[in-house]
This record gives sequence, structure tokens and C-alpha cells, in this order.
Amino acid sequence: MDRKCEQRKHIISVLVENQPGALARIIELFSSRGYNIESLNVGHTEDPSISRITMVAKGDEHTIEQIVKQLRRIIDVFKVRDLTDKKKLDRELLIVRVNVETPEKKEEVMRLVEIFGAQVVDVSKDTYTVELTGDEEQVDAFLELIKPMGIREMARTGRVAMVRALQGETFGEQKE
Amino acid sequence: MKLSGAEILLRALELEGVEKIFGYPGGAVLDIYDRLPFSPLKHYLTRHEQGAAHAADGYARATGKVGVCFATSGPGATNLVTGLATAQIDSVPVVAFTGNVPTYMIGNDAFQEVDTVGITRPITKHNFLVKDVKELADTVKKAFHIARTGRPGVVLVDLPKDVTRELADFFEEEYKTPVQIRSYKPVLKGHPGQIKRAAKAIASAERPILYIGGGVVSSGASDLVVKMAEVANIPMAATLMGLTAVPGNHPFFLGMLGMHGTYAANMAIQESDLIIAIGARFDDRVTGKLSEFAPNAKVIHIDIDSAEIGKNRAVDIPIVGDAKLVMEELLPEVEKQVAKNREFYAVREKWILKVRSWKERYPLWYEPSDRVIKPQFVIEKIWEVTKGEAVITTDVGQHQMWVAQYYRFSFPRQLITSGGLGTMGFGVPAAIGAKVGRPDKTVFCISGDGSFQMNMQEIVTAVHYNIPIKVAIINNGFLGMVRQWQGIFYQKNYSQVHLDVQPDFVKLVEAMGGVGLRATKPAEVEAVLKEAMAVDDRPVVIDFIVDREEDVFPMVPPGGALHEMILPSYGKKKEKKAV
Repeated sequence: MDRKCEQRKHIISVLVENQPGALARIIELFSSRGYNIESLNVGHTEDPSISRITMVAKGDEHTIEQIVKQLRRIIDVFKVRDLTDKKKLDRELLIVRVNVETPEKKEEVMRLVEIFGAQVVDVSKDTYTVELTGDEEQVDAFLELIKPMGIREMARTGRVAMVRALQGETFGEQKE
Repeated sequence: MKLSGAEILLRALELEGVEKIFGYPGGAVLDIYDRLPFSPLKHYLTRHEQGAAHAADGYARATGKVGVCFATSGPGATNLVTGLATAQIDSVPVVAFTGNVPTYMIGNDAFQEVDTVGITRPITKHNFLVKDVKELADTVKKAFHIARTGRPGVVLVDLPKDVTRELADFFEEEYKTPVQIRSYKPVLKGHPGQIKRAAKAIASAERPILYIGGGVVSSGASDLVVKMAEVANIPMAATLMGLTAVPGNHPFFLGMLGMHGTYAANMAIQESDLIIAIGARFDDRVTGKLSEFAPNAKVIHIDIDSAEIGKNRAVDIPIVGDAKLVMEELLPEVEKQVAKNREFYAVREKWILKVRSWKERYPLWYEPSDRVIKPQFVIEKIWEVTKGEAVITTDVGQHQMWVAQYYRFSFPRQLITSGGLGTMGFGVPAAIGAKVGRPDKTVFCISGDGSFQMNMQEIVTAVHYNIPIKVAIINNGFLGMVRQWQGIFYQKNYSQVHLDVQPDFVKLVEAMGGVGLRATKPAEVEAVLKEAMAVDDRPVVIDFIVDREEDVFPMVPPGGALHEMILPSYGKKKEKKAV
């Protein structure tokens, strides 16, 4: 039994009927079978009757394979694809409010905003609210650097992802 | 033509080929029940909604058709839950219809309101809440399609009361057009390359074994699988769900494998170099300790559900597809490969002889008695009196395992038992459903004194509709299987397993309008069974007072590997009873 036991994060993209209950079935799958889900993002696609769910789940190869197969069993699911090792675009949106009580802090935040290509979208007397779009590493790195300023509040969307057009396919793999 | 939702539902059921429904009315389904008398559908009023679900399940297992049950909202729906979960985990096609409060009251904690689709989501293959009468016909059509295709399962359709009252157009011709569900396309045909590889592996293996599951029975692949065993000289072992795929007296058949499997089946699996698993799912009751299960075997796994492949055991040659369709392709390939390999029979003969020696040396065995009734003896006698031709339903526990071991089945779908969920209380209502579906067959429910009491109210249903089921209570005054575990693994600390206080089952059944019989001595067993067989207009219940502390052997201890099974004592080897 050669099972890769290495735990790693996988990005799984799911196309699903935009039906009440479809999302519930997917989420219940994770709780009932004991899988861990790190983030989950739902939005509709170019076809409003189809939603795309992008989820990040952590597990070894066997677990992830099971997650993919179990997702495919759901009647409302069209397609499931593990994008982890594909050439892909994957982005996350972060909104974070940080303390900037002193001019030095204001300057430091502005400097980081510039480096990361972020944007200040809201300002109060002692806080800046910053919006950043990037892949997970960029968002993590930005947060790491801005943390010492004192984070008041933050929201992350979780990742959305799509395979690059270069690969000559859009979604590929059929639902089995 | 405009019809009410209730009328659309009933007409759609007719078009689906439904003839029998098991159900229980209530406030939210009043409109449906109001129209029911004007429909040709035959409705059986069970005495509990759980009984309705099990009866629909038993009907489906006995006939291969979709079973249908009705219940009202709230408690009606929640009472179905155990029955639906039982059917779903054993992949039985059942469609359940539940009433609900009107759409405008949903979410309001109205009287008899529960979130039925929420509650049943994890125990159904799919479910629907119909919010508009215009969607009703299409939803019913989809429900049946999903239940009966691919890996069969349970579909629940929740019907708010206003949906059943309102009017909509219903066109029969439109209903008869094929179903389109764009996100649901089960794979039925096996991959030709994989089938070729499998055939080669089968013809070249030294010690192959067939591991036959319920999927073989439900897809109708039994004959093909047996044929392959004969062509390629492969011993066969079956799961509880797969037992009826193989005639019980077949020379290559080793019986059930797993926790209470035969010595020969378990040893053959453990020593095999190739397992051909068909319609089976490597359940923990089958594999024992997974890491020591068949350590030297390669695995061919044929299953309609790709998620089962590689779930518990790594697979070398996976084939996703319907067992029957795959076998239709695989069998001729195997025949070809076998014909090519000249040394084939010499190699295979050694293995067959070895397996046969296990079978002869360690058969199923119990200590016979002429003083007390042995439970295994009752099963053997039922087999004899019913000429091995009865449809058997069981409850769950020791009696279920003895049925699996000692009743030799002769045709597919002959055993109806709750395998995956292990639902006590299944046997009696499932027997009612089976008898309704197969009136030509004797239907015998073999139960225990604990299980029988979980749904004994359904005897009244059988009386009501003159359904002549037979019920054998293997009465040891214990929750026998729990007691067995407490005896072996908990130092005989018998906690809450005594059923000393019991109704007089004979009087009880008589009071319900059935026939009650009892046997307390081995000599009475046959006579009382013959008496029961003579009754053809009412249910008969026979109370067999059996040896109180008989255990089921062989037994693989929990956490143990299959070859570590505990065997029966074989007495002083004076009288081996080969089965």
C-alpha cells in the first residue's frame, strides 16, 4: 500500500447546479466524512444556473482523492477538479483594518501597500482599511508584515481559481 | 389538462409503473390521500411510518422494482428516517414522499413542521423540496430515475401541502419522454482496456478468489459471475448482501466471509493472490483488520460507484461500471485467456484442493441437542420445510448471522436483511413488503425476541391485508449478539441484555388477529413449522424457545485479522456437521 501520506493543501474546483441544497450537500459531505475544509468560496459562473465552488482542503493524496470522488457522487455536481498541480490563476481578496495612530505607522503601511499593489479603501483618524488581491502567499506575506501595526479587523474571501487558458482547456475532466 | 398536485403525483406514479405504496396519512398529505381512492394504486396502511419505509424497502429488494412510501410532515417524516437510512446504505431503490406545511409557512416552526430535506440529506442519494406545482411532475420523474439508475438508492420528495392542492398542466406524453439531468450521468460500461487486463490477471493468478457483494444481486449479474467461477475454477465467497448470488450448494461456494464468515472463505481470502471484488465495498465487517486483510493479493474491483474504489483497500485493476454489463464483457475475455493458458488447470487445481480441505476440516458446526432447541437447528429446519425456496427476511443480531450461515439460498434476492445499517425491527415490515411484491413465494421472517419487539405492531398490518407472512422468533430471552460480545470481550458482564420480562408472543399475536405457535423442544420444531406453512390467510408467528447462551461462530474478534477467527469447539470431534 503505497499511499502518499504527505498532508498538503489542495485547491478543488467544483461546478454545481445553482440549487438550494446543493451547497448544503457539499458542506455536509465534509462534516459527515470527517474531511477538513480550510476555505470555501461560492459564486455563479457565466451561466447563472451554475455555481463555481472553490475550496481548499488539507489532506494526504488518498483523502483528497476520496473528497473528489465523493463530490462527484453528488447529483447536483457537474464537474470536480483538483487544481493543485495545474497551471492556474488563483486569487484571494483581503480587507484589513490596521491601527495607524502615529505618522511612522501611516508611512509604513503606505509603503507596504505600495509594494504589494494594495489599496487603501477607507480611512479614519487612527485606522487605514486596506484591500489586497493576490495569491495566498502574497496575502499571507502582507498580513505577516502588517501584523505588528495591530490588526483591528479583517476578512478574507478564501481562494477562487481557474485553469490558465494556455493549457488549451477550460475545465477539462468530465464528471465520472 | 389541469390537475391538482395530488392528482399529478398519483398519475405520475402510475406512469412510473408503481403498483403498491406503503404509507401513513396525516394533515400535510390529506390532499394526496383524498385522491388516492380514485387511483388504481394499492396503498397499504402500516401501523408506523418506519414500517412503511421498511416495507417499501423489502418490496424493492424482493422485486428489483422501486419501493414507494408516503408519510406526513414532522413526526411522519422523522419516523421514516431509520427506514430510509437502512435502504440507502444497502443501495436499495426507494422513493419516499413526505408532506410538509404549506410553502408560505416553511421555516415558521409550524405545527408538525421539520426540515425534512435537511434531516434526510445525509441518508438519501438525493432529495427534493417541491416549491411549485409546475415542477412536480418533472421532480417525480427525476426522483425515480435517480433512485433506480447508477448505484441505486433512496430519493425523498418533500411536498408542501399547497403544492398538492394547486392546479397545473399535466401532459402524459411529455412525462413519458426520457429524463434529462445534466449533472447526473452514471458510468455503466466498463473500460475495455481494464477488462482485458482483468481477464489476463484472472487467468494467470495462482490463488484467485471471487468476493461477491450485493451489487451482483441488484444488477442481475449472478449467473454471469457463477459462470466465470466455473470457467476459470475460482472459489467464491460472498458478503451478507451478496449471499444469494450463488446457489448455496455450489461446489465452489465457500459461504459468507468476514466477521462471522466460514473458515474456508476467510482463509481463502487471506491466502489469495488475486481478489476479484464485484459489487462489494470492503466493509469493516468483511475485512477485519484492514492492514492485514489479504496481504498478498492483488485486487480487481468492479463497482458502479467510483468512490468505493480505493476507499478502504488499494486497488490494482479498477473497473467502474454496472456489474452485469462489465461481466458480459469480462466473461468472454476470461474464456479466451483460459483457453490460451495450457497449464491453467494444473495450477488452479492445487488451489481448489487446498480450499476444499479447509472447507472439510473446519465446517460450520454446532453441538446438536435433543433436549433444548438449538437456534441453528431451527434455521436448518426452516430451510428443509420451505425446500430452500422461501424468501427470507431477518432482523439483526445472532439469528441474522445464523441465517446467513445455515440457510442455503437457491436464487438471487432470496435474502432480505439490513446489512449496512444493522436495523433491528426491519424483518417484519420488510417481510410484508416482500410478500406484497412476491405473492408467489413463501416469505419467512427470521427474527429475535429483541428485534421482533421493535416493530411487532406491523403484524396488525399483515392481518389487515391478509398477508400470510411467517415469522420465527429465535427466542433466547437475551439481546443475544450484545450478550455474546459482553460474554467474550467484557468478562460476562451482562449489562442490560436480559429480556426476561416479555409478552407471551403466542397470546399477543392471537390478540392481533394472527396465528401464534410455540415450540420448546427440538422434537416439536418440524411439526410447528408444518402447521405454520398450512396457514395462508394470516400472519403466523412461531415462538421458538432456544438455547439461551448459544454463540455465533466462527467469529473474528474486533480489531483482529480474518485468519484470527475464533472457531467453534467442534465438541469432541465426534459429530461434525458439515454444511
